Amino acid sequence: MAQKITIEPVTRVEGHGKVTIHLDEEGNVVRSRLHIVEFRGFERFIQGRPYWEAPVLVQRLCGICPVSHHLAAAKALDVVVGAGTGHGLSHTAEKVRRLMHYAQIFQSHALHFFHLASPDLLFGVDADPKIRNIIGVARVNKGLAVQGVMMRKFGQELIQATAGKKIHGTGAIPGGVNKNLTEEERDAFTKGAAPMNPGAMVVWAEEAIDFFKQYYKKNREFIDTFSVFPSNHLSLVRKDGALDLYHGNIRAIDSEGKVILHDVDYQEYFNYIHEEVRSWSYMKFPYIAELGEADGWYRVGPLARLNTCTFIPTPLAQKEFEQYKANTIGKPNNMCMHTHYARLIELLHAAEVIRDLLNDPDLQGNELVRRGEKKHEGVGVIEAPRGTLFHHYRINDNDQIEMANLIVSTTNNNEPMNRAVNHVAKTMMTGKKEITEPMMNAVEVAIRAYDPCLSCATHALGQMPLEVSLFDADDQMIDRKKKG
Amino acid sequence: MERKKTIVATASLAGCFGCHMSLLDIDERILSLIDLVDFNKSPINDIKNFTEYCDIGIIEGSCCNSENVHALKEFRKNCRILISLGECAIMGGVPAMRNGIPIRECIEEAYMNSPSVKGHNPEMILPNDPELPMLLDRVYPCHEIVKIDYFLPGCPPRADLIYSALEALITGNEMKLPYEIVKYD
Ligand code: SF4
Repeated sequence: MAQKITIEPVTRVEGHGKVTIHLDEEGNVVRSRLHIVEFRGFERFIQGRPYWEAPVLVQRLCGICPVSHHLAAAKALDVVVGAGTGHGLSHTAEKVRRLMHYAQIFQSHALHFFHLASPDLLFGVDADPKIRNIIGVARVNKGLAVQGVMMRKFGQELIQATAGKKIHGTGAIPGGVNKNLTEEERDAFTKGAAPMNPGAMVVWAEEAIDFFKQYYKKNREFIDTFSVFPSNHLSLVRKDGALDLYHGNIRAIDSEGKVILHDVDYQEYFNYIHEEVRSWSYMKFPYIAELGEADGWYRVGPLARLNTCTFIPTPLAQKEFEQYKANTIGKPNNMCMHTHYARLIELLHAAEVIRDLLNDPDLQGNELVRRGEKKHEGVGVIEAPRGTLFHHYRINDNDQIEMANLIVSTTNNNEPMNRAVNHVAKTMMTGKKEITEPMMNAVEVAIRAYDPCLSCATHALGQMPLEVSLFDADDQMIDRKKKG
Repeated sequence: MERKKTIVATASLAGCFGCHMSLLDIDERILSLIDLVDFNKSPINDIKNFTEYCDIGIIEGSCCNSENVHALKEFRKNCRILISLGECAIMGGVPAMRNGIPIRECIEEAYMNSPSVKGHNPEMILPNDPELPMLLDRVYPCHEIVKIDYFLPGCPPRADLIYSALEALITGNEMKLPYEIVKYD
């Protein structure tokens, strides 16, 4: 009897996503799908709004990394107000924004590691959900939990100092920023009592990598073989090939390292990247146009970024990067669980960038905004914690938004997440008439490695709730299991 | 004698999760909060269904689809006190900007007119699957669906405001509301 299994990573009632798995008569997996069930319609309702509202409005789609949306929108509108991209802004404006962005990367990666990954590493992925969260961590290793909380706090306070608020700030405006960082504000960080200063954060980030490396040594097989499959990788890179999370050109490589998109200008992203609509999900499926829907899909995020970039422009992170690269003999890394490793190297990089930037006197400069000849269209792209984020706006003569298009990080990872689920389903579900606990765990771990916003949300303090339903050929439910 | 812990449940409906993130911004106080409260059904732990009657339910986000309405009603049934947390829950917030625009236009804009899709969706495929919940005609604030006991403003409400509200409800003391912590943006 053919069957269909439904897994909801988030509870049905609060659902942002769910998984269905279809089996044929012999119990083979015929297909699996990750459905995204949320729809807002902002592309339409933002039409008619004045363009300067976009940086504060659009971030309210996602409160998990609002700074990324805030900055991607501002970057698109830099083009509209004639300031151009990249170094078109004043040094002060660009550096204040960079500080805001790296603070966001830092707090987001720290949150992910301490609240989500560390419980798994401490208790194992099969542990009781009641202890598999930061509260459980606090009970067995208070120091680690405090460290996680304080790292997030450090990042959030830097965001507040540059954006005005911890969540949904207003710091970036079309053409620049609305304030600089005063000496007093700077000193609050640079001269902060330990551990609330940049030096201590660098040390903690190094410790987090060590923690992971120790785990890796003992669990090499799991980390190296779980949900491994080849894919293309895409991200922004700096002109010289360095990792740059704020600005750069689009580079994409294939699973062997061959360059597919050679550092192209993101103002024309729509010539290189197309999206496919599938009837069973509100989330679209992006792909590299030239390669087509079947072969053009790609991964974004920490794993992809450390594959596309040539080096990391801060010394401590670069040293870790070289060690990390040695695991794949310099080739692209297609091992899903290495995303956690890559994320921690970026955490260290962000800590170093913050430390160095805070000493830069340009932050106290007074040239905040630049404008030039007005344009009607602009694209802004940034490397958000979870991957490449595209914003695109067109305005009319009355300064009203006429068209808005967004490709968010998690959307870029839509196909890879679907593949990961399929991979797990095929290896663990084939021939089974019942949903097993290890299978539930595996699906969760596979999706979570991509740290999709939807799971990150449910993971702020704990782990992903799952619900699996088994359906027969006539779509009749014959089994249902819940976890948690 | 050990006091019974206060049971708290939370939900994110049509919101951005920023309100939940703001709760995390109480920073190290979260470690003392867990001595005072037990979290029941909430996306911040792994409890999917109410396992007991709760003292406090906290709702982020408005109702934009049938599942949101269902979740909200469940919360009302299972919580003694229900709080609308943030502008989305209180008045619909940014998601409610679609009110007044036919939902079909919103869908078409996203899946047919977008510059990265346009011309590449010749079969006019639109999301339309039994697995996807029904979108409502418009976005409803929570108090239009069920009775709400308290409203905490802000987008998101500041961490201090959330903490001081929880503290007051847990201890029964009067809530401290200094000017600086009540913000509407
Ligand atoms: S009120 Fe603001 S922070 Fe809260 S869910 Fe709505 S948009 Fe997000």
